[in-house]
Amino acid sequence: MAVLTIRDALNQALREEILRDEKVFVMGEEVAEYDGAYKVTRGLWKEFGDKRVVDTPITELGFAAVGVGAAMAGLRPVIEFMTWNFSILAADQIINHAAKMLYMSGGQFNVPIVFRGPNGSAYQVSSQHSQALEAFYANFPGLKVVMPSTAADAKGLLKSAIRDNNPVLFLEQERMYGNKGEVPDDDDFTIPLGLADVKREGTDCTIVARSMTVPLALQAAELMQKEFDVSVEVIDPRTIKPLDIDTIVTSVKKTNRLVVAEESHYFASVGAEISHQVMEHAFDYLDAPVKRLSTAEAPNPYAKNLEALALPDVAKIVAAVKEVCYL
Amino acid sequence: MAEKFLMPKLSPTMEEGQISRWVKNEGDAFEANETLAEVDTDKATMEMTALKGGTLLKILKGAGESAALGETIAITGKEGEDISALLSEVSSNGAKTQPPAAEEQPPASEGEAKAEPPASAGGTTPKSETAQEPKDPEPLAQRDNGRLIVSPIAARMAADNGLDLKSITGSGPNGRIIKRDIEAAMESKVQDPRSKAFKPSTVVGASPFRDENTSKMRQIIASRLAESIGPIPTFYLTVEIEMDNVLALRKQINANLEDDEKISVNDIIVKVAATSLMKHPFVNASYQDKTLRFYEQADIGVAVAIDEGLITPVVRGANLKGFAEISAEIKDLAAKAKAKKLQPEEYTGATFSISNLGMMGIKEFTAIINPPEAGILAIGGASPTPVVRDGQITIRNIMNVTMSCDHRVIDGATGAKFLQTFKQMLENPVLMLM
Repeated sequence: MAVLTIRDALNQALREEILRDEKVFVMGEEVAEYDGAYKVTRGLWKEFGDKRVVDTPITELGFAAVGVGAAMAGLRPVIEFMTWNFSILAADQIINHAAKMLYMSGGQFNVPIVFRGPNGSAYQVSSQHSQALEAFYANFPGLKVVMPSTAADAKGLLKSAIRDNNPVLFLEQERMYGNKGEVPDDDDFTIPLGLADVKREGTDCTIVARSMTVPLALQAAELMQKEFDVSVEVIDPRTIKPLDIDTIVTSVKKTNRLVVAEESHYFASVGAEISHQVMEHAFDYLDAPVKRLSTAEAPNPYAKNLEALALPDVAKIVAAVKEVCYL
Repeated sequence: MAEKFLMPKLSPTMEEGQISRWVKNEGDAFEANETLAEVDTDKATMEMTALKGGTLLKILKGAGESAALGETIAITGKEGEDISALLSEVSSNGAKTQPPAAEEQPPASEGEAKAEPPASAGGTTPKSETAQEPKDPEPLAQRDNGRLIVSPIAARMAADNGLDLKSITGSGPNGRIIKRDIEAAMESKVQDPRSKAFKPSTVVGASPFRDENTSKMRQIIASRLAESIGPIPTFYLTVEIEMDNVLALRKQINANLEDDEKISVNDIIVKVAATSLMKHPFVNASYQDKTLRFYEQADIGVAVAIDEGLITPVVRGANLKGFAEISAEIKDLAAKAKAKKLQPEEYTGATFSISNLGMMGIKEFTAIINPPEAGILAIGGASPTPVVRDGQITIRNIMNVTMSCDHRVIDGATGAKFLQTFKQMLENPVLMLM
């Protein structure tokens, strides 16, 4: 297995899918000649040319709409948002058109489109550029939401997303593009959407984490093991919608305790949804109220010290685990 | 309006109290926070204070009489008020032998809540209080108006195992009964049947004897120590320590101190033990069912013999204190212990203990662990002993120290390493500067 950064794993997935299916093309701001703002599309324009890798003006609503139209006409667009913060401009196309087209057309038009780009905080990019939007989009029927946390997951899930016949929102994390991991060499390697992954097995407490909080949760788990002999299980749902609640519930039935660590804000978050579903399916197995850890209820600050305080970190996750374990 | 004044909870382990003396007499007026009486609890004589002002109308439990927690011991109110209704209520309740808890508690819990604040206001509760609460046999009905708070998995496990939740004390927040409480109850279920008090007959022919009521303190010692030697798998490690350097050090230090400031060998031992504990977290720890609790400072319990038994006042954070401070604190605590004036937070919640019988001519002994601590050092007397050094027989002051270890926390090697550090530091006190 090759060791790749998440950035290169995504690049491989795009390249392989462009090669595999002539209907696949990539479109967005700076994706072609500049190799992508975060270099995810590096080399693709040189290799495949203008028809498969398309630069757009700074018009999110416009190129999202072109993507939806192309998908209705039978192509498989991969639309890159420079960050998901800018997708808010295109939300009408995503929510009102991509998500609704199959339903509104009485099943006539599938929209096999992928919207992708970095989501959540970066480094000091302040409040308008640091938002985690998964809860917002996951709220709407018709949209699948995917959030990988490792290079292998990024590659396998992006390939599945491109092959899916319905709109998939693929939320990456800028801070994680350089994270390395083993990726299977198989160029037909995919991971099905809607399948959680147990990143670490444990018996005393479950942490559900996604995207950036997965590596933090794994560090917290090691610390709990070393310092308190508490065995923590870490689950990454990988796909937020559809959510693999069964894997989470099975884990909570074993550990009786749950912490959800996420980068979005607290109110009406994906963690709130997971907490509710666990309460619904594993009420009799809980030994403590589910604990949720989110970014502070405030616009994300620019100042480095305040930004660090606002975001989840290992110490906060450890404190949450100790709380549900009554330590 | 006249009210019943109920026996308040004056120590964390108190179940009943004995009126030592009434400070106020019937007819006396009192202000809020004024002391009404002194009460002997299981550990100390505590001042029972009033939550609000009023007049002491009637004393129902005189000096020397005992009352259970929440039992009416007096009537308070306004001067000249009619208290006949309250008195007949109290006496009709009293006519029943031992009112069943469920019946007596609801009114009691209200009065209890009123009577309790002065007690807790009298002493800040120790930091580890929530964790120790499970050990605390608090009347059940006091929890949230008698409603039991139980985590779902705990309720399910109790049902599956036929456990009565009412008999279990919760260790979670607000007394919530959680999984580990059920697990603990399942473990102790087997050993539970407590023998009823033995009522001897005075049959002629058998050896005559007399029964003396055990003091509260003796009862607590018995139950604590039995609790210790029973479930705690204890093992013992003994080490010989050459004390000549410590004795010299003490001499040097004391040469510069006034008589009442002079430090003892035991003060140095406390400091060295605390410093060693910081290097061996497993010894400064406690077994908590599924978890081990590691303490960040060394709160050393120092066993002090008093007329009725013994008590272990605690030197908090001994690792952070100097000899002089430790010495002054131990003198102060020992004096308070002898006067039975120790406050609960002064004798509970140690992380490790030391018992020194050296001054009583004991060469070597084993001490019993005071749970939930994981270890205790039994310190014998240092005496001049011939030893072999560099092939020569020479005389050194040798002190034997035996550590009792809770094997659930401390393994043989862990304990031995701690004792190595302890020995090294005592033999070369200069290492403490490192």
